[in-house]
Amino acid sequence: MSALSLLPARRPVPGVFVALTLTLAIGWLVVLLDGGQLFNQSTTVSLLHVAAGLGLVAVGQTLVILGGSLDLSVAYVISLSTLVAAETMNGSDGAVLPAIGLVLAVSAGIGLFNGLLVTKLRVNAFIATLGVGLLLKGYLDNGYDGPAGTTAPSLVQSLGYQRVGPVPVSFLLLVAVTAAAWFALSRTRFGHHLIAVGGDPEVARLSGVRNDRVLVTAHMLCSMCAGLAGIYLASRLGSGAPRVGTEGLYDLESIAAVVIGGTALAGGRGGVVGTVGGVLLLASIDAIFNQLEVDAFFKQVIRGAIIIAAVAVYARRAMRKAA
Amino acid sequence: MSDPRPVPLLTLRGIGKSFLGVRVLDGVDLDVAPGEVHAVVGENGAGKSTLMKIVSGGYTPDEGTVEFAGEPRTFRGPRDAQRAGVGIIHQEFNLLPERTVAENVYLGHEPVRRGLVDRRGMLDRTRQLLASIGETALPADARVGQLGVAQQQVVEIAKALALDARLLIMDEPTAALADHEVELLYGLVRRLQERGIGLLYVSHRLAEVFDLSGRITVLKDGRRVTTVDTADATADELVRHMVGRELSSYYPDRADADDPGPVRLSVRDAGNRKLRGVSLELRAGQVLGIGGLQGSGRSALARALFGVSPFSTGEVTLAGKPVRLRSPRAAMRAGIAYVTEDRKAEGIVPRQSVLDNALLASRAVFAARSGHAARTERVRELLAAVEVRAAGDDQEIRFLSGGNQQKVVLARWLALNPRILLFDEPTRGIDVGAKSAIHNLIRRLAQDGAAVLMISSDLPELLGMSDRIVVMRDGRIAGELPAGATEEDVMALAVGTVREAAA
Ligand SMILES: Nc1ncnc2c1ncn2[C@@H]1O[C@H](COP(=O)(O)OP(=O)(O)OP(=O)(O)O)[C@@H](O)[C@H]1O
Ligand SMILES: [Mg+2]
Repeated sequence: MSALSLLPARRPVPGVFVALTLTLAIGWLVVLLDGGQLFNQSTTVSLLHVAAGLGLVAVGQTLVILGGSLDLSVAYVISLSTLVAAETMNGSDGAVLPAIGLVLAVSAGIGLFNGLLVTKLRVNAFIATLGVGLLLKGYLDNGYDGPAGTTAPSLVQSLGYQRVGPVPVSFLLLVAVTAAAWFALSRTRFGHHLIAVGGDPEVARLSGVRNDRVLVTAHMLCSMCAGLAGIYLASRLGSGAPRVGTEGLYDLESIAAVVIGGTALAGGRGGVVGTVGGVLLLASIDAIFNQLEVDAFFKQVIRGAIIIAAVAVYARRAMRKAA
Repeated sequence: MSDPRPVPLLTLRGIGKSFLGVRVLDGVDLDVAPGEVHAVVGENGAGKSTLMKIVSGGYTPDEGTVEFAGEPRTFRGPRDAQRAGVGIIHQEFNLLPERTVAENVYLGHEPVRRGLVDRRGMLDRTRQLLASIGETALPADARVGQLGVAQQQVVEIAKALALDARLLIMDEPTAALADHEVELLYGLVRRLQERGIGLLYVSHRLAEVFDLSGRITVLKDGRRVTTVDTADATADELVRHMVGRELSSYYPDRADADDPGPVRLSVRDAGNRKLRGVSLELRAGQVLGIGGLQGSGRSALARALFGVSPFSTGEVTLAGKPVRLRSPRAAMRAGIAYVTEDRKAEGIVPRQSVLDNALLASRAVFAARSGHAARTERVRELLAAVEVRAAGDDQEIRFLSGGNQQKVVLARWLALNPRILLFDEPTRGIDVGAKSAIHNLIRRLAQDGAAVLMISSDLPELLGMSDRIVVMRDGRIAGELPAGATEEDVMALAVGTVREAAA
């Protein structure tokens, strides 16, 4: 047999980190030529803030995508969570913990509902989570015209603005959540089963995996990550914001970050570390364009091009592997 | 009547199962004692795999009772069955190509320590399992997608063994194995038997059934025809029960050796990463058999000729003209068709109909409109000729039995009306009746002027069908044999006990 077929499976560093390094190097140079400075304190801090918000959602999104599903309701879950958090706290530091608990419970409930639609009623994940998202949108549009509630000052100070050097506390939260998700995927039965369900549901079932349970759990975790992102945004904004999730395009951007990070949209292959790379890449592009004061339309075009390029690169790789 | 056998481990009574109103199993009785190997045989689509999936919890029966270890059981799912001690080696591979061998072997019951998956322990135990079946060369941390078919089959076996089952079902475990691995499997079956494990063994290879089993049950059209003690049975009798008619055991007549057809394709001193110095000729009207062990480069040769992993050195001429076959599409346009050995992975589009699957290659190669009706007609004839059993040709192919899926893939390539045909294990997993239909079909194609290359690990088939035999070893051609060679001649070249014979 050829030696090739006997190589142990390497889990290579996703190519997204190469792309990230290149982007930062080129961006640094271009900004420099433009007379600016890419890596000063304030740009770095704001880059990491953007990454923290998107990252929390995208890590959750990675879980459902790995399992062969998808969550389009995250943007609305985020908006709802900012409101639940800010209104429960109502400016009182004493209510921080109950508020966080309530947000997590509400978002877990939405995730449970998504998961049951996808598994028990066998509604296509795209349609099911879009539908749930629209339900939430109806509730938000009906009940709120603008910001509501007040986030507790202690939370605004800590999660919203506190830093360790140039690194915001919120980014440290993202690091912790990512580490937890990585650990769950590689070291727990749930993680192994989730990847199996995404890889081939029939193989998983015949191997004794309880597919439905696994997928429902993933949906709950995904929604709870969106809930955390909501808490973070509430602490940034100081109040609940009924449209912050959709205006930030958290649904599509989170999926884009997952795909750029090398996770297969069909499920079964990938991981959260790559996703964080994807998030940082998207946030860096934002930062660079902000520095260069490029217009918003052109920025979107470039992001679109990057997403397509990433998917094309991964597709080619998959083809080479199959050959 | 006194029964010398101990209390059965498994008893099935009156098992019935229908899919979408089509009755697939009807009143099947069967029992397995501890330490017994009970073989189940029958044509493609007879219901063997369905029955096995009922025992292992993959399907629930519509009628009848399952008794396991003396208690009536209804397994609510594979997990239930596994817990109770039933393991199965599926006919179709149940592996995740993106995961490692160890992750696949322990999927669904990963060893845990303090609540976490014990990865080191999982790797160690997988290595031990692989060693216990004599496979030490297979790394436990290799990605399954990188492995060849035979190695994947070994992983599938290890996966079933990891369950420590009391009843182990093997649904065509040797379909993808080479001879020396079949020997390892024999050893394994005997050891399991000594440990008092009951085995259900499904195979189309009657030799294995006679070697291994104590009793044989024949299924036909979802019904149990008979159960016999292997010691009292003969192959002819079994075949008659399976097919319902007598079968001639003869291969179709060979081509006239004195009047060889023109050379269709010739390869001179060609090589690539897996092959070196390959020279051979394919002649119109002839079947060139390719023998050799698993991994000797037989499939690599077919893949090179079909442009999947093309030759990088040497030259290929088609009807006298030099050509470069750089892609399967180029090869197809040059009139070459390739029936792969791994028909599950490379062969079918599971959710499309039987007819669409059979038309896949024709549609890809020919312009959309011209001759559409005629081609559909020809495909229908071919599907009938290879004896495909389906509810209709609009049925989704994933609902066909394993053997019937393979026949559809076969029909697909024949529909191209190719001048050069490459077959990789054309009758693997195909029942005895359809096997001879396929042999006749191959011979008829040759008589109509096609040049055929046929890779086969089935020595009687290789010897019976080939006009010439080329034997490969280590990516080279070890020698060429004329029609009338013996099994010993082929094996001697394949393992290299003689110096390169006259080529
Ligand atoms: N899920 C399904 N839906 C519909 N029909 C099915 C399904 N599974 C199997 N069948 C049908 O049941 C019949 C028996 O199939 P089964 O796979 O049990 O045959 P088999 O004896 O194992 O054949 P082979 O030798 O080809 O493996 C076939 O006609 C097949 O088309
Ligand atoms: Mg079968």
